[in-house]
Formats: sequence, C-alpha cells, structure tokens
Amino acid sequence: MKMPEADAGVLARRDAIVRDLRRLVPGEGVIAEEAGRRVYESDGLTAYRQLPLVVVLPEDTEQVSRVLRYCRDNAIKVVPRGAGTSLSGGALPLADGVVLGLAKLNRVLEIDYANRCAVVQPGVANLAISDAVAGAGYYYAPDPSSQVACTIGGNVAENSGGVHCLKYGLTTNNLLGVEMVLMDGEVIRLGGRHLDAGGYDLLGLVTGSEGLLGVVTEVTVRILRRPATARALLMGFPSSEAAGGCVAAVIAAGIVPGGMEMMDRPAIHAAEDFVHAGYPLDVDALLIVELDGPEAEVDHLVARVGEIAGACGAVSVRASETEAERLLFWAGRKAAFPAVGRISPDYYCMDGTIPRHRLPEVLARMAEMSSRYRLRVANVFHAGDGNLHPLILYDANAPGELEAAEAFGAEILTLCVAVGGVLTGEHGVGVEKRDLMGSMFSDTDLAAQQRLKCAFDPDLLLNPGKVFPVLHRCAELGRVHVHRGETRFADLPRF
Amino acid sequence: MPAPLPVPPMTAALRPDTEDAVVAAVADALADDAVLEIVGRGTKRGLGHAVRARRVLDLSALSGIVLYEPEELVLSARAGTTLSDIQAALAERNQALAFEPPDWGPLYGGPARAGTLGGAVAANLSGPARIRSGAARDHVLGLRAVTGRGELVKTGGRVVKNVTGYDLCKLLTGSMGTLAALTEITVKVLPAPEKIRTLLVLGADGAMALAAMETALQSPHDVSGAAHLPAYAAARSAVSYVSGAGASVTALRVEGPAPSVEARCLALKTLLAGFGPLEELHFRNSRTLWAEIGSASLLVRGGDPLWRISVPPTAGPRVGAVLARTLGAEIVADWGGGLLWARVPAALEDAGHASVRAAIARPGGHATLVRANDAVRASVPVFQPPAPGIARLNARIRDGFDPKRILNPGRMGAEP
Ligand SMILES: Cc1cc2nc3c(=O)[nH]c(=O)nc-3n(C[C@H](O)[C@H](O)[C@H](O)COP(=O)(O)OP(=O)(O)OC[C@H]3O[C@@H](n4cnc5c(N)ncnc54)[C@H](O)[C@@H]3O)c2cc1C
Repeated sequence: MKMPEADAGVLARRDAIVRDLRRLVPGEGVIAEEAGRRVYESDGLTAYRQLPLVVVLPEDTEQVSRVLRYCRDNAIKVVPRGAGTSLSGGALPLADGVVLGLAKLNRVLEIDYANRCAVVQPGVANLAISDAVAGAGYYYAPDPSSQVACTIGGNVAENSGGVHCLKYGLTTNNLLGVEMVLMDGEVIRLGGRHLDAGGYDLLGLVTGSEGLLGVVTEVTVRILRRPATARALLMGFPSSEAAGGCVAAVIAAGIVPGGMEMMDRPAIHAAEDFVHAGYPLDVDALLIVELDGPEAEVDHLVARVGEIAGACGAVSVRASETEAERLLFWAGRKAAFPAVGRISPDYYCMDGTIPRHRLPEVLARMAEMSSRYRLRVANVFHAGDGNLHPLILYDANAPGELEAAEAFGAEILTLCVAVGGVLTGEHGVGVEKRDLMGSMFSDTDLAAQQRLKCAFDPDLLLNPGKVFPVLHRCAELGRVHVHRGETRFADLPRF
Repeated sequence: MPAPLPVPPMTAALRPDTEDAVVAAVADALADDAVLEIVGRGTKRGLGHAVRARRVLDLSALSGIVLYEPEELVLSARAGTTLSDIQAALAERNQALAFEPPDWGPLYGGPARAGTLGGAVAANLSGPARIRSGAARDHVLGLRAVTGRGELVKTGGRVVKNVTGYDLCKLLTGSMGTLAALTEITVKVLPAPEKIRTLLVLGADGAMALAAMETALQSPHDVSGAAHLPAYAAARSAVSYVSGAGASVTALRVEGPAPSVEARCLALKTLLAGFGPLEELHFRNSRTLWAEIGSASLLVRGGDPLWRISVPPTAGPRVGAVLARTLGAEIVADWGGGLLWARVPAALEDAGHASVRAAIARPGGHATLVRANDAVRASVPVFQPPAPGIARLNARIRDGFDPKRILNPGRMGAEP
C-alpha cells in the first residue's frame, strides 16, 4: 500500500515537535516513546502497520484546536483516531504524522429526553450512549457489531451502520449536530437539537468523510424509545436463492423488519460449533428476521413472515417465544466473526453492497473465486439492505496467502460494483479500498469529491493517503476548463 | 385562490431532454459567461431569492422513471419526472416516498401536484413524517448531476448501505440548484402503511399541547406525526372533525399494519385522556389533514409572508408565542413542536425577519422565509444566514462545483 511520502523535514524535527506538542497538551497527553506509540500502529485492519511520529491525546476542544493549528502552521500531517476499530485502515498512522486520539473526550454531556437527543463527546463508545439512556427506556439506534468499543466520533467519521439499518438508518440518519475543528484550528458547529440545515447540508457531508474534513469534538444524536417488544424468526433454506426469494417476498408484503440477516453454510457451521445456538446444519442458507415494535404488531408480523417463509421453501422455521430465545438466535450471528476466527488463523472481512436480487449469482461467483484462490470464504449478509460481509479465511504465516486474500477481496468488491452495488456499505474506503475507487467513480467524480477536501483542508494535511487513490493539489483541481457542449443550442441568443 | 407572487420573467428557455444536452447547455453557459436559472416545472420558483438569469434551464423534459424495483425498495427517475407520476407508480405497488413530500405548488399560486422529483430533492422537502422517517436527504441513494463546470458527476448508488466516498447526495440535496443541475435521482422507497389513524386532542393550548405531543412521542407507540393547530387554523381544515372542533386541535398520527394501529391508538387514548376531549380520524381524513399540515395550507391566505422555522421541539411553543405577540403571527406547529409555520402580516416591512431570527438565536435552529413577495425577498435573507465560518466553507464548496457562479446565482443569498 503506497502512502504519501514522509516529509523528511518533519521527521528530522521530531524532538522539537514533541516538545511543542507537550506545551499545547500538558500532562500525560503526548506519547513519544516507542512502546507507547506501538499501541497505535494499526487499527482493525491489522494487515497494515505504521508507527506514528507521535501520539497526542487532547482533553478538550481547545486543545484539539491548538494542536491542529500548530500542525497546519508547521505542515505536519494529522490522523484522527477514536477506538481504532476501523476495518478499512482509516486510522492507520503515518510515519511523519501525529495521531490525534479522541479517547479522553469520553463524557456524556447531556441527555435531553424532552427533545429526544443526547449530547456526547466523540470518545464515548457507541453502546455507552444506549446504556446511558436505557434506564428511561431509550436507545441509540445504529448498532455496529463493534459497539462496545467503537466511538461515536469514529461512527460519525465512518457513517457506521449495524443490523438495524434498513428500518432505523445509518449514523447519518440519526445525527442532529456536531462540533468540529477544522485543520486551521477553527471550531465550527453544524446542526444542533433541531432537524435539518438552513443552507448546505454540511452535517450530511461530514458524516462518513473518514476523518479527512475535520476532527469531531462533540456529537448530538437522536435517541429513540425502545420498541415495546422484539421477536426473531430463525429460518433454514435449501439454497441462497430460496432465502433471497423469501427476503424479497417479505419486503413485497410491505414488511420492513428491524433486522434481516443471512448466513451461508460455512458461516452457519462455524457459528453453531462456537455458540451452539441451535442453528440447523443441513441447510444452505439461514435467515434471521427480527420484528420489533408494539406487541400487537410484532405477533401479527411474526405469523405473516412465517407463512411467507413456508411459501418460499423454508425447511425449518422457528419463532422466538422468549427474550432468551431471541438472544440465542442472534448469538450465532453476532459471534460470526470470532467463530470464523476459530477455524482459521486469520480472516479478512469484506464489506460490499449489492442489489439483493443479485445475491445467488454473486455467491456462485464467489465460490468459483474461492476455489481459484484456494482460500475458503464464509458469508454473513445484512440481507435487508444488501450489505455483504464475506470473510476470507487465510493464514498470514503461509507465504503468499495474505496477498491472495487481498486479491480475492478486491475481486469480490469489483464484482459488487459490476452488478450494480458499491465498494463499501459501512466499513469505509480508508486505505483498503482506496485504489479500487476508480471502479466506481470516474476521474471527474473523484475530482468533484476532492474539491470538497480542498474546501475544508486546502493543504491536504488531515488524514492524507485515505479514500482518494491520488490526492491532487488543490490549485490544480480549482482550474476551470471551458469547452463548449457538443450538442449546441444553435438557436440560442448569445449574450 | 391566493394572489400569484410576481416572479421575474423567463427569457430564453433551454429544454434539454437528455443528460448530454444538459451538459452541453451548462458548458455553453460557461463559455458564454451566461448564468442559468434551473427549473423543474417552476412550482417553487418563489422559494429562495429571485435569480436574475437570462437563460432558463428547464429540466421538465428530462422525465421518466428509469428503474423501479419494488422488492428492492428502489426507484430511479429523471429529475423532471413529476412527483405525482412517481407516487402513482408507487401506489400501484403499495409503496410510497416515506419523506412525505408536501405539495407547495399552491403556496406560490401555482397548480397542485405539479412539482418534480428534482425540485423536491433540490429543496430537501420533508413533511410531517420527518420526525420518524426523515427528509428527502435521508432517502436519496444516488444522483447524477451536471456541475457548474459543465461536468457530469455521479454519486451514491442504488443501494441503501453505501459509504463509498463523500456523501454528495446529502450535499446536493437541499442545495437549491446552486451546485449542480440534477439529472437523475435514485431514491429509497418504502411500503405504504396499511392503516393510518389520527388522534385529535381538542382544546389543549401552549404548554398543554406540547406536553400532549411529548407524551405521545415519548411513548413506545411509534407516532409518525405530531402537530398543533390553534383554533383559527383548525377552523380552516377541510376535515369536518377538525374544522368543527371549535377549539385548538393537537393531532397525533399512527400508521402501520391494521392490528398494530388499532392497538396503539387505544393505548394512546388512555395515555392522553387527561389532556382534553379526544377524536379519531381514519384513513382518508388523516390523509387530508396531514397534507394540509405539510403544505401549510391552513395558513395560506392572500399573499402574506410565510416562515418555516426548525427549532428544538421544546422551544417551539415559546418561539411561537413570541412571534404571535410581537408580529401578530399565526402559527401552526408540526414535528412535536420542532417545526413552526408562521404567517406574518404583509404590512411588516421585513416580513418579521429581525424578530424571527432573534427568537431562534438562543434555542438554535433555522428559519426560511418560504414565501414573500419579490421586494421583500430582495431585501431580507430567505435562508438562515450562516455563521461566518460556515459561510466561508459554503463559498469554497461553491468554488469547487460552480466556480463561475453560473447556476442559480443568488438563489440562496448573496454570492460570496
Ligand atoms: C469486530 C468488528 C465489528 C465491526 N462491525 C461493524 C458493523 O457492524 N458496522 C459498521 O459500520 N462498522 C463495523 N466495524 C467497523 C468500525 O467499528 C467502525 O468503522 C467504527 O465506527 C470505528 O470507530 P472507531 O472509534 O474505532 O474509529 P477509528 O477506527 O479510530 O477511526 C475510524 C476513522 O474515523 C476517523 N475518526 C475517528 N474519530 C474521529 C473524530 N473524532 N473526528 C474525525 N475523525 C475521526 C479516523 O481518522 C478514521 O478514519 C467493526 C469493526 C470490528 C473490529
């Protein structure tokens, strides 16, 4: 993976930079020794590692602002970091860059039930928000599987999702406002406790911008009343076509389930061996459908989904009768990653999205790739919204396997795009999918996106090397090229 | 019928029927140093500042549904397709646009049901269901658009879950044609509710009304609309239960599968019994009432200026009371108090701009002068003036998309 060339001048000034940063962030907030920095050398995409120049852990917005202004003035690159669970290398350090960790900004600032929102610092873990409001019967809807650890700041940067996206949306649909610091140290506020923006939707733009536009220092999220009840159905199908058909039929019947997850045979077996959730082992596809809402609605819909599944060829259908049983149904799915981790020394988690009806074809092509690359693959799939998580099994110690896994992964993602899908549904582009961006976007598309980067960070110092395959200089992108249209409007008066 | 508001006359209209022709029209404008006013069917030309352009880029011929896959909950259409055509196609499959785009045509003296998808997205429309289902911004999955550089760009896709690259869909939605001319739009669609009921609480005012809405919204009964109509507004409704109430009406909507709606309605009745006498509206009356609320039609009389103000819900009653007292405004509250429609007397020189902005300064929010005559809109900022830091960012974003300011210049305010 080619990263921006390290600035020799910055590397040479390292000691002075550390001294300056210690003045800006007093106390324990600057980590310069190697052992301390080692902790930050990678994120959830562990295949890539890089020791950062220095790590800074500010305690408030003011310190974040001072550090960014200092770095801008001294042309030092900055990599923001939350909990470091990114699966796309979004928080991968740079040799000549400061890692700006937000972990110390970890307070829930205010819970405002009357306005149904919570104001928190960026280092607060996703689940901690739901925990803070659970007593009053509320929760924060987006629930990435990493929710115990990942931070809300990281969620904003990645526009993270979870298993409930189809019904409740991603981070971007549950966000009311942020405070953020631009690379020049300026502190801005977007949104608040009200809905929508009066001008351009900068909040929408910043969400999912992978730490390239600014550093989020405060977040206001919407909180929802927990549904009165939730029940899950566990359904086995003889083929992924049949399971896919069931998903389509559920939606065609006007039902939007709270969650709808599919697993293929290898994933079912790995999960069942690990957690003994009672999954059927003689099926090719397993569907978990969760209905949530008022009790009357849930019972009604559980019955309807059961009927639909029968009509679609389900060979087993079980509906949870107790909360414990519902959780057991989910236990296997939730543990799918570690379960796969048990059957292989390493695995590589992919994250493409496809139009749902292309699933059987994509699975068949993946099986073909699997035999060609001689690497096993297990699939878990957010079936409701078409988000695939193929887990490629490999052994990093076996020569060539990591490279093969990466090539396999890239081929899967290119296939996702080819069938009308996208490179990443929720894990972000980061460094991992950076060089595949061309399969989805033209140079013109990418230039339009990069001009936004230039609007926020004209010196390209914030998290460079991520998202964009080539980072053009802003002056170059700003030029206007005038060329007349080919289909002229000949009858048009010229002014 | 409200008096039509004066809009500047269009001179030369370009009416491309292909995306290539849109690219050509913008490229030509760029080469000629000409500016373009972009219109769909022109139903919302009165929204925002008047654009002084001698060329009009009329996208109404760029129409038609390109793709509709009900099982995938996705629809793509060219920007000039009318919302009513789209809604008709969706209704055939029991689906709908969940952001409940209101029909603002009549607000500007135009016909009903004429607006285009492009216009709804460019204005980031949203209706009463905003509190539960989001605004247009939350439903746009992909866009194709021509920037002020005369370049076709695409962003997003046709799938719900997508974080590939910056979310230009959000940025372009609501940008009022000042960054790019939208040519094709892909939206998420959702099943239409099987049943809709609206519970009316009669005679609760001010703090009581807010408390009733709060109680409903904080309940687990999944309320999809919460509005308050003072008696004078309720009296103008076409729904007899509402107009005949002789009192203010607080309306709470539930929708979904039949057994669920019935159960929730019952539960809400118990919960709200203490707030006043209750009435219940069924499907058709519910539809009518919420359409009236979304399009502010209960406040439209003559050509009086109309504000749309988004604030934290708990601030709504206070802001509304201040505007009623200081400006003589008539107020309808939606979104559980978080959205105020305020009709102010035409006699006010600045349409109440100074008072409105001052009233929301403390709670935070934004106010749009949705309707006012040309002269007022020429002297008063229609959209919420951004903080200086945001204004600088906006200008740089505009530099990126439309460096020569040829697309709808001035529509959103003074050009930086
Ligand atoms: C086991 C596992 C399961 C996962 N499951 C899911 C899932 O179900 N759904 C899903 O969407 N993701 C999932 N993820 C991915 C990951 O957890 C999310 O992307 C998460 O949002 C990252 O948060 P973080 O705090 O760890 O951010 P980090 O990894 O530290 O950073 C991620 C990116 O955000 C930037 N960033 C972090 N904080 C800030 C800030 N305050 N301001 C600006 N930029 C910032 C960083 O520069 C980086 O680009 C999973 C990861 C793991 C390891």
